Amino acid sequence: MRLRLKIWRQESNEITGRMESYELKEVNEEMSFLEMLDVLNEQLMQQGIRPVEFDHDCREGICGQCGVMINGEPHGPLQNTTTCQLHMRTFRDGEEIYIEPFRALAFPVKCDLKIDRSAFDRIIQSGGFISVDTGQAPEANSTRIPVPVAESAFDSAACIGCGACVAACKNTSAALFTSAKITHLAKLPQGKTEAQERVLHMVAQMDAEGFGHCTNTEACEAACPQEISVLNIARMNWEFNKAHIMRK
Amino acid sequence: MLESKIPEGPLEEKWNYYKSHTKLVNPANRKKIDIIVVGTGLAGSAIAASLGEMGYRVKSFCFQDTARRAHSVAAQGGVNACKNYKNDGDSVFRMFYDTLKGGDFRSREANVYRLAECSANLIDRAVAQGVPFGREYGGYLNNRSFGGVQVSRTFYARGQTGQQLLLGAYQALMRQVHAGHVQLSTRHEMLELVVIDGKARGVIVRNMETGAIERHGAHAVVLATGGFGKIYFLSTLAMGCNGSAIWRAHKKGALIANPSWTQIHPTSLPQSGEYQSKLTLMSESLRNDGRIWVPKKQDDQRPPNQIPEEERDYYLERRYPAFGNLTPRDIASRAAKERIDAGYGIGPLKNAVYLDFSKAISEQGEEKIREKYGNLFRMYQKITNVNAYTEPMRISPAAHFSMGGLWVDYELMTSIPGLYALGEANFADHGANRLGANSLLQACVDGYFIAPYTMANFLADEIRTGPIDTRHPAFEAAEEQVRDQLRMLETIQGKHPADYFHRQLGRILYDRCGLSRSAPGLESAITDIQQLRKEFYKQLYVPRGFAINAELEKAGRVADYLELGELMCHDALNRNESCGAHFREEYQTPDGEALRNDADFSFIAAWEWQGANNPPLLHKEPLHFEFVTPSVRSYK
Repeated sequence: MRLRLKIWRQESNEITGRMESYELKEVNEEMSFLEMLDVLNEQLMQQGIRPVEFDHDCREGICGQCGVMINGEPHGPLQNTTTCQLHMRTFRDGEEIYIEPFRALAFPVKCDLKIDRSAFDRIIQSGGFISVDTGQAPEANSTRIPVPVAESAFDSAACIGCGACVAACKNTSAALFTSAKITHLAKLPQGKTEAQERVLHMVAQMDAEGFGHCTNTEACEAACPQEISVLNIARMNWEFNKAHIMRK
Repeated sequence: MLESKIPEGPLEEKWNYYKSHTKLVNPANRKKIDIIVVGTGLAGSAIAASLGEMGYRVKSFCFQDTARRAHSVAAQGGVNACKNYKNDGDSVFRMFYDTLKGGDFRSREANVYRLAECSANLIDRAVAQGVPFGREYGGYLNNRSFGGVQVSRTFYARGQTGQQLLLGAYQALMRQVHAGHVQLSTRHEMLELVVIDGKARGVIVRNMETGAIERHGAHAVVLATGGFGKIYFLSTLAMGCNGSAIWRAHKKGALIANPSWTQIHPTSLPQSGEYQSKLTLMSESLRNDGRIWVPKKQDDQRPPNQIPEEERDYYLERRYPAFGNLTPRDIASRAAKERIDAGYGIGPLKNAVYLDFSKAISEQGEEKIREKYGNLFRMYQKITNVNAYTEPMRISPAAHFSMGGLWVDYELMTSIPGLYALGEANFADHGANRLGANSLLQACVDGYFIAPYTMANFLADEIRTGPIDTRHPAFEAAEEQVRDQLRMLETIQGKHPADYFHRQLGRILYDRCGLSRSAPGLESAITDIQQLRKEFYKQLYVPRGFAINAELEKAGRVADYLELGELMCHDALNRNESCGAHFREEYQTPDGEALRNDADFSFIAAWEWQGANNPPLLHKEPLHFEFVTPSVRSYK
């Protein structure tokens, strides 16, 4: 198949970017989206053009490093699919595809499609953990955790930290990412001791990073490759309010 | 020269004895000690977090954009630990024996025993961190069984056990970053090790966002940089996985042990074209219900559902009736290759075999199969557009795990004092074949429970050393070397990007130093790799003058692979026997099974770098079996 690509090119954070047009003549529909970009890059290098920089690593949908806007949608048109798991059979012969980085004030563009998501790390640093040193753990079966609790904590813990939720949100809110970690840990007995401090610190850090507020459009859930539910955000709000009241 | 430092005494007392007698660093002195940790997978995050908690000053580096992306994240099936929660007769000794036997008796007894001994603690640690393992309805932890053993000792978190364990370690690491005990640098790649007076004292790294070359000094350096299976180009590994950190340490004097022992995983998705960049793994658990077959007729063009039962060859069930479709990975992969090479392969490129669920579905119902493997069937459909409930999956072997790696002693220290290797980056515990669900275990145990003790034994003598001065001539020289290499790679300006050479190297290694090897094949592979290396330095193309430059990063890794690949062939050529993943065609039984030679090859082959144009120098560490007697591994 033939494709016309419009790709965001930006050599560095200090330089203004622009859309550039490229054409690919022989794209195999069995290719993954990132393999299509590999082929494009080989072609660009033959023409002496700087290849397109993009983030990726595992290419099996779990590391969370890949992620671009494809025709305005984070990770492209397929539901619950990372960019690396998207295949070219999803597109039509002759189609024009717009490829841009995830856009958010808190995710500065580093180069082309590469962005800086270290804000997510700082949110986790502010409290997204259980404070237990190596050596302190009690016997694993000393605390029973009912299956529904363990399973629903897992649903929240499945987040891969790709940032699609932020890119999908008109306010660039990181509420889904932050709430997924808060909920994962708050649901488990091991995480309850610190639940109050955790939610206050993480929400404060999320705001400090420049993410927008959540206005419940639920676009984040629709874009999430791991189907993380917006109910996590409700839980975060509840934990937050509870923590505020308890603190007073 | 190779002193394994295994403590004296009975097997079950060695580790306790070591822990009780090792030197310690008192809490007030720990803050005078700097430690560099390269890699943030399970082993790297675990050791960096643990050292930070103890009060050492840690600098941690990874090439990904955040520590949580390291490829430990991709492990699906589970993590082994002997808790004996199932009351099915598990014990530390049994787990030790299963692992030693699975590795075809090519690992140290003391190391493997310690791995089994520390396994139970890991589950406690992970649960305390909030890892949501699978549970039973009473709320207690659940287990599943895995290949090569007869008890249920595998803990799991759906099909994402690696992800959940890594997030636990990552969160522990983030906590230490916040506390100021760990300084984390993401998007930094280690390009050189600095050795001063025979001790590892620092690294040279490249900042992949600015292109800056940085010096970092420390009293000890830990490499937890994972495996190098990506050397085969097509593998189940992440695109960025590489062997550069260990290779550069090797060129500074660290020995590499058994580098040719690569686990080829039997159930990955087959290659579909030249453009392909990676092979996706399908969990081994599928072999519990899937039956593997090829048509009895060569080049059979019929769709699988039109091939009648009597014209199918269920070759694993035929050759290994006792274990059938659940034979260990090395055997299942080799049997698939045998059929594919004989012309019975299926699919457009004739490079695959069928994994068929029709019998399981007719016996148990589609709902039951969906419950067990729904996420895997969905992933298969995403990638191939084929519904595996109605049509068999096409699978094929793919390079997966490096049993070989930097040689380490019982303390996980390499042959360079102060340089440690943890997790898949070392060679230690899996022998010639790793059992499923033991890789997560080994990475975690190395990082949480072993290195924090053993490193103190070395660091106790460093409390008076003072900060390491990065103006030392050794740093100067190492930095210059890095700059020279980067400049050289950029100035060749040839015709082909790094992937072009990497693909060719991968083909050579897969064909001649992969599932089966022979002396003539390995000899020709060495010549071909040397030739390819020459061409690489004449024809490489790297875009010049950009700070962010993925092609430059790849080129440096491929340059190292082109040397490491040759070493793998030397290692395979030297070992005139078949054991585990290493199958030499000359050494097999009449019915095609591996023929081990304990009299001549019961040793660890540790190689010393002698320069790019000289053959490597072999050091042998003999393996002593004091507590068990090596037996013939049979799954018939």
